[in-house]
Amino acid sequence: MTAPPTIALGEAPVGFRGHITALDLERAPAVGLPPPELERRLIELGFVEGAAVELLHQGLFGGDPIAVRVAATTIALRRREAMAVIVTEMS
Amino acid sequence: MNTAAQLAPVVALVGNPNCGKTALFNALTGSRQKVANYPGVTVEKKTGRLTTPAGRSIEIIDLPGTYSLRARSPDEEITRDAVLGKIATERAPDLIVCVADASNLRLALRLALELKQVGRPVMMSLNMMDIARKRGIEIDIAALERELGIPVVSSVAVRRGGIDALLAALDTRLAAHQAAVPSAWRVPDAAALRGSQREADRMLQAAIRKVGRLDPGTAKADAVLLHPVGGLVILLAILFVMFQAVFAWAEPLMDAISEAFTWLGALVGAAPLPDLVRSFLKDGLIAGVGSVVVFLPQIVILFLFILLLEDLGYMARAAFLMDRIMGGAGLHGRAFIPLLSSFACAIPGIMSTRVIDDRRDRLTTILVAPLMTCSARIPVYTLIISAFIPDREVWGFVGLQGLVMFGLYAAGIMAALGVSFVAKRLFWRTTSGEPFMLELPDYKIPQARSVAFGVWTRALAFLKRAGTIILAMMILIWALASFPRPPEGATDPAIDYSLAAKIGRAMEPVTAPLGFNWQINVALIPGLAAREVAVGALGTIYAVEGGEDAPEKVGQILADQWPLATALALLAWYVFAPQCAATLAVIRRETGGWKWVGVTFFYMLALAYGAAFATNQIARALGAG
Repeated sequence: MTAPPTIALGEAPVGFRGHITALDLERAPAVGLPPPELERRLIELGFVEGAAVELLHQGLFGGDPIAVRVAATTIALRRREAMAVIVTEMS
Repeated sequence: MNTAAQLAPVVALVGNPNCGKTALFNALTGSRQKVANYPGVTVEKKTGRLTTPAGRSIEIIDLPGTYSLRARSPDEEITRDAVLGKIATERAPDLIVCVADASNLRLALRLALELKQVGRPVMMSLNMMDIARKRGIEIDIAALERELGIPVVSSVAVRRGGIDALLAALDTRLAAHQAAVPSAWRVPDAAALRGSQREADRMLQAAIRKVGRLDPGTAKADAVLLHPVGGLVILLAILFVMFQAVFAWAEPLMDAISEAFTWLGALVGAAPLPDLVRSFLKDGLIAGVGSVVVFLPQIVILFLFILLLEDLGYMARAAFLMDRIMGGAGLHGRAFIPLLSSFACAIPGIMSTRVIDDRRDRLTTILVAPLMTCSARIPVYTLIISAFIPDREVWGFVGLQGLVMFGLYAAGIMAALGVSFVAKRLFWRTTSGEPFMLELPDYKIPQARSVAFGVWTRALAFLKRAGTIILAMMILIWALASFPRPPEGATDPAIDYSLAAKIGRAMEPVTAPLGFNWQINVALIPGLAAREVAVGALGTIYAVEGGEDAPEKVGQILADQWPLATALALLAWYVFAPQCAATLAVIRRETGGWKWVGVTFFYMLALAYGAAFATNQIARALGAG
């Protein structure tokens, strides 16, 4: 058995459904926050390993920001920050 | 009995943004405050008193919404410090009520776990149970109590009788006199947060029998309102309708108010009073205050729109749609709400910048907030537009006057974007900033009572201004315009001999390139206290000058006496002019120093002078002189 392929939530298309496998702060270097702080904020908004995610909407310019359903909450964030959220598609 | 028992126990309401905490607070205390849907709008500490069914008197504090006690903004610091009992002037809470949206429980449970560490009695109030039930969510309250280890009650804040269970629980909890133990709360790191969220997720599985899907109404609405193109078009359309409404719907009411003041003026004008007293009452008091009060309907309509959109849950969507566009100008998406509020008044707008965590993003927003066309400019714009812009339709359906109004608003917005773009590079020399992360709450039907109360408090605040600052300024203007009295046998209008004329003429060398005459100069000075006073001042000056002319004819007088270029230059001046002492005072308070007050004042003054100068010169060159 091989592990299912993962992508960053920041590069997922609208309609993507899956769940979070990890938070990788090194994938979001452009964010103006120290990585531990970004990690804590993501967790506080419910981005925790195992949580179901669905990419609901995106903005006009560069598909940014995105609106993501995390478990039972809808969160808006930029793709830049969402790069730190590693997800795998629902099979 | 010790003395502590005689003080009313303090109960603190803590919860995530949008959990309906403010609605619950209103239901508990009976004070009808603003209930907003935008995360973090409760920026001030609110307290209220209530008496429980058992006759116990309680003090309730409504604390700003937060996801964690780990404070990230000035707002959340208040919540943390209040919960920990660290605010010197406040008593520590005797009971913490963790308010949770029953249809969105996950993040609230994690917060509850943090609250339990504080060492004070905690209970949970599951708010909006009606909505959760409608969405098919089934919560096993007994299981939740067992898992959390604290009492849990359900509530429906917006329904009569919906908080009876909570009131009873407050009584039981407070009667138990559970003593506080030392706080075990420590600023959590990522591992601790992750651990508590996993724990919360486990509890959720144990206590929720049926998980709700995304609210179908919200999903349908967002498919349209958050559409990449359609959503932006709708947002622009909403703003456009809002400004057309401010102009068109308010008119009949404004006419009625104007007529009432004319009638009052005529009544006083005919009264057997000494000349000076009659002039003071009619030209100073009635003409001055009347010309400002007449704008009440427009202010009410503007606030009605803003409060409705807020309570509906649309404001967070607007921030989502505008984030990239505002980001291009160096503004944070969250700045959209403070800036939109600034259309009503820059003061609440600047105060609500507290929801922006990053200091630089916040300062940029404060710097440009006064460029948003506030309601105090409406009187000035309306007066000049109705006097100089013909009332006809263009493209068959749009009023030209409304279009010019829209243009003035647009000019303010463009200027704000430009200034923030420059500020970001000049002051911060950076482009990457605060991340944009924001919960998009489910749409909710606004509560009529809550919106009405919000509009009512704004209208009262405006009338209070009209009755105090504005009234005082009017009396001053009248005195300046009336003294010294003209000499015996004078042929020119009385005002030409007055102190006001001397001041206005002394300023002429500076303002002549803008096309301003001395009457405008006089009106600009009291306008520093409040912009709308300028209109009343013009009313007073021209009423005094014209003798018996009624104040509502000011517009007509202006149209006769001013060249079009002057009128347009004055409009341009008012898009930028830093003419509001109250705004400068609130900037001083929010930034903690005079530096940003100075920066704001001088950059706006420079822009105002430049814009009025350019407008006047160009309009003259085009033959509008």
